[in-house]
Amino acid sequence: MLRGDFGESIRTSAPILPEILSRFKVTAELTILAAIISWIIAIPLGVLAAVKRNSWVDRFVRVFALLGVSVPGFALSILLILVLSLCFHYFSPLGYVGFFEDPIRNLEIMILPAFILGISISGSVMRMTRSSVLEVLRQDFIKTVRAKGASERVAIFKHALRNALIPIITLIGMQIGSLLGGAVIVEQIFSLPGLGQMTLTGINQRDYPVVQGCVLFIAFIYVLVNLLTDLLYAYIDPRISYD
Amino acid sequence: MRKLLQTLRELWRDPMGKISIIGILLIILMAIFAPQLSHYGPEKMVGIPKSAPNAQFWFGTDNYGRDIFSRIIYGARVSLQVGIIAVGIGATAGYILGLIAGYFEGWVDRVIMCIMDILFAFPSILLAILISTVLGRGLVPTMVAIGIVNIPVFARTVRASVISAKSLEYVENARSVGVKTWPILIRHISPNVVAPFTVQATLALSSAILTEASMSFLGLGIQPPDPSWGSMLSESRAFMEQAPWMAIFPALFIIVTILLFNILGDSLRDVLDPKLKL
Repeated sequence: MLRGDFGESIRTSAPILPEILSRFKVTAELTILAAIISWIIAIPLGVLAAVKRNSWVDRFVRVFALLGVSVPGFALSILLILVLSLCFHYFSPLGYVGFFEDPIRNLEIMILPAFILGISISGSVMRMTRSSVLEVLRQDFIKTVRAKGASERVAIFKHALRNALIPIITLIGMQIGSLLGGAVIVEQIFSLPGLGQMTLTGINQRDYPVVQGCVLFIAFIYVLVNLLTDLLYAYIDPRISYD
Repeated sequence: MRKLLQTLRELWRDPMGKISIIGILLIILMAIFAPQLSHYGPEKMVGIPKSAPNAQFWFGTDNYGRDIFSRIIYGARVSLQVGIIAVGIGATAGYILGLIAGYFEGWVDRVIMCIMDILFAFPSILLAILISTVLGRGLVPTMVAIGIVNIPVFARTVRASVISAKSLEYVENARSVGVKTWPILIRHISPNVVAPFTVQATLALSSAILTEASMSFLGLGIQPPDPSWGSMLSESRAFMEQAPWMAIFPALFIIVTILLFNILGDSLRDVLDPKLKL
């Protein structure tokens, strides 16, 4: 196994590692799209809520974040599919086409599951961004930045947000890591041939070499993403060094 | 007891806390009095399949002609049962392990936390599925699997509180006058763990209910014909256009229940540990 030989499937006799790698492409694309969607929604709204603390914007963001944390991906998927099909007669296309084969069709297939996952993880990112930016905004150096005549935008985005990024990035790293293996339900609902679905099929068919290979690969990716997150700290905050 | 009443009073003063307490109490009462509240048994085929909500069947009927309202009410029993017992398992094991790791430190701490880190390296739903594969399907294996998944988060919470509490002066005083280890742990250190532990337990309840619903949705948790909100939602997928009510009601109950527990967790954290207020 350490030499990259994950063995063969009991059911199909196909080698496991190439299958894992091909499935991983789908899951990785889904995760990256979901992460981008969650950043686009969560970080600006989190910053806005911190800057306009206790206003209606803040209350809206807090309620939205609470819903994001509480609404399970599969319930949201079912409700969204229901609303889109009954009200707009839109049906998310089934099947999977690779991004490099047909990028438009690929995005058409991936956008709804990625949006659902993105909304699911944006709640906690939004909360973390709000509390982290709030904490930094209270610090003295922000007062100094403002006293030196910097605009509010520079004070918030260049100084406050940058200093607030460490906990946000830690959370995002953990979420990306768990999405890479934990998107199993959304993959199942939208029939995406990802790593989660492969693991689930392996479990259902009692194909233990497949389950073993998938679990090991997911754990490896999770640890790798956490390591990359740690390395990113030094880039964001020059005070951190790994010498 | 006085502390508990004071916490409840403070929770009641918070509007969100009040809403969550009332909502959760209603769900608990619904689960306890399920036989009295439901007109039909959850597994009985009592109407025309896929009937829309009407005066007789408030939430309509499913593809077998079973009353969805009755199934939702009995499903609340399953969700709460799994949530409470799974969190009970996770909290008890996590509490003991966290207490030992935090107090003794050294190699004991390293071994325990290493195992916890390994458990943490798997997405929770996948780990629960994996454990339930070994234990089998059904109510009890699902509860045990979710319980095991919950151990690391409790162990970490308790360990962190124990490490900060054991260096407090009154604990050192107790040690210097010869009080033995276990009385120190139980009588002097444990009270410091209660606040974060209670908050964690409330949040873990919502995540346990969510994991059960997810597993049942995938067909790996509660097995049909037993009612579970997750499996009801899964069954509805094939009939979404003809009978959308089959999906809407279980989805709403899952969302509302998890939302209420999360609100309660947040309010409890604000009351018990204002420093952590988000």
